[in-house]
Amino acid sequence: MASISETQTQKGLASLFGRDGKPMKPSTREAWYGYLLASPWIIGFIVFTVGPMLASLVIGMYRTDFLTETTFVGFRWYQNVLSDSLVRKALINTAIFSFTVVPINTALALLIAVMLNQGIRLQSFWRTVYYLPSVVSGVAVSLLWKWLYQPDIGLLNSVLGPLLRPFDIDPPRWIFSTEWALPSLIIMAFWGAGGAMLIYLAGLRGIPTSLYEAAEIDGASSFRRFFAVTLPLLTPTIFFNVVLNIIGSWQVFTQAMVMTRGGPNNATLTMVLHIYNTGFQNFYFGYASAQAWFLFVIVLIFVILALRSASSWVHYERV
Amino acid sequence: MATTVQTGTAVHQAERYGNSRVSESLFRFLLYGAVVLGGIVFAIPFYWMMRTSVMPTTQVYLFPPEWWPERFEWHHFKTPFAVFPFAKFFLNSTFIAAGSAIGAALSSSVVGFSFARLRFPLRDIMFVVVLATMILPEHVRLVPTYLLFVELDWIGTYRPLIIPNWFAPAFYVFLMRQFFMTIPRELDDSAMIDGCNPIGLFWRIHLPLSLPALGVVLIFMVTAQWNDFLYPLIYIQGVPNYTVALGLRLFEGHMTNNMQALMAASILGVLPTIILFFFAQRHFVQGIVVSGVKG
Repeated sequence: MASISETQTQKGLASLFGRDGKPMKPSTREAWYGYLLASPWIIGFIVFTVGPMLASLVIGMYRTDFLTETTFVGFRWYQNVLSDSLVRKALINTAIFSFTVVPINTALALLIAVMLNQGIRLQSFWRTVYYLPSVVSGVAVSLLWKWLYQPDIGLLNSVLGPLLRPFDIDPPRWIFSTEWALPSLIIMAFWGAGGAMLIYLAGLRGIPTSLYEAAEIDGASSFRRFFAVTLPLLTPTIFFNVVLNIIGSWQVFTQAMVMTRGGPNNATLTMVLHIYNTGFQNFYFGYASAQAWFLFVIVLIFVILALRSASSWVHYERV
Repeated sequence: MATTVQTGTAVHQAERYGNSRVSESLFRFLLYGAVVLGGIVFAIPFYWMMRTSVMPTTQVYLFPPEWWPERFEWHHFKTPFAVFPFAKFFLNSTFIAAGSAIGAALSSSVVGFSFARLRFPLRDIMFVVVLATMILPEHVRLVPTYLLFVELDWIGTYRPLIIPNWFAPAFYVFLMRQFFMTIPRELDDSAMIDGCNPIGLFWRIHLPLSLPALGVVLIFMVTAQWNDFLYPLIYIQGVPNYTVALGLRLFEGHMTNNMQALMAASILGVLPTIILFFFAQRHFVQGIVVSGVKG
């Protein structure tokens, strides 16, 4: 609730709202307006978030295709999730994807941002070059990368092939090989590093030069200045991005669906793809719900771990 | 284009590495080398897409691949429209994107205003919940919302793709609220002395001032909806109702031996978002800064 000083301004303002002379208490009147204007979110939150989440838990206790069959099975699906080898495969794949893409993309985005912040010429041109790939995404980009990964006549191997030939190594068959399919999706994700780069670039610009000057007077080397001044001041921004990236990376779907359909041999089966297959292809909606909750709990655990870790590395003093 | 703000940083950095002339110029050389090389790596996929789309069939499947088309064949850009109602797909995607974006902008600005300016019990708790739902993996809602739309008989319409966005998506509420917080409160006072109620205050003062932020919401939502694949895949039925994303995937299945047409279709598919980006670059950057840096 409002503190004393706030309450006073509130009274001052709210008394003006009651200009039509109704006996309603001014603060109550403001509160009603508050709820009224916030109602789209309140309704949406109940109908599209809380309701469905709870419903999801319940649906997970049924064997149902929403049409012909609805049988109560208790916690069977939830137990199944833990022993299902396909779910395990999807979980491992998605975990590998997340744990490689998030750190590497963060480092890459930071590196590019720092490079572009060195007062280079045509900065906004380069910024656009690096950022543009993250504007486009979805099916078109997946089709493009499928073509780039074409083992025989694709761009990647036409560059790699001649480089590897002296060593008598054949270039990988990318999305067509079980070992390289998942790394292919991971490498493709680096192309989108520009989104985070733009945020870090803005963050870098916000760091006051006086801090660098102070560090320089103290005789800090440029590397030391980066790790003692730049990086700590960027940590809140980095943290926010890392959390959003963790969540996003666990939901990887389009690439896996369009480029490989989870194959070959389930090498790129991701959690959301598996949930989609279970529910919307095989019509086990109950099981799909149980898997979705499983995914939700896992992502929640990693987000909580990230939030917990924040106090040890995120620098919250604002200058 | 966004103007480059010449901050002290740039000037400062020049002297920062300027301990000796040699190391300074070596550093500059390596820096520009890395920026240019990285830029080429980031731009090449786009180049490859364009180069493929105009190549003659005899050249595109050559081994080893060639970099420059021996002649430009633009007719591949017509193929998608000849095989499928691609123009209709663009119309459908535009309708979904516009419908969602307008709803998201209106609802999230109203809600954001309420959270930023009005005081009511539970407001701060509600705002924490807004932040929490931002980090919610949305797929936990996938099956139950599908059931909800089945019950409402909305399957096969665009409503499941558009209507939920009319209920103030958390991310945009956050964005708008952050923006409204920057509007000076003195404006509120003078408006209310003139006899505005909160709705009038929002409509006459805050909404006109928040056009840049609304632009950000519109751009983000349009881009997100344009690129979306999973939800159209689940909810849209019948080829004439397909979005561009669905159409591209359908097209791929029919064009396994016509890479030029597929790449041409892909270029057309990403073109609207790229055009939008260039026209609204300033908003893009601003929105990312508001949402990312101040987060």
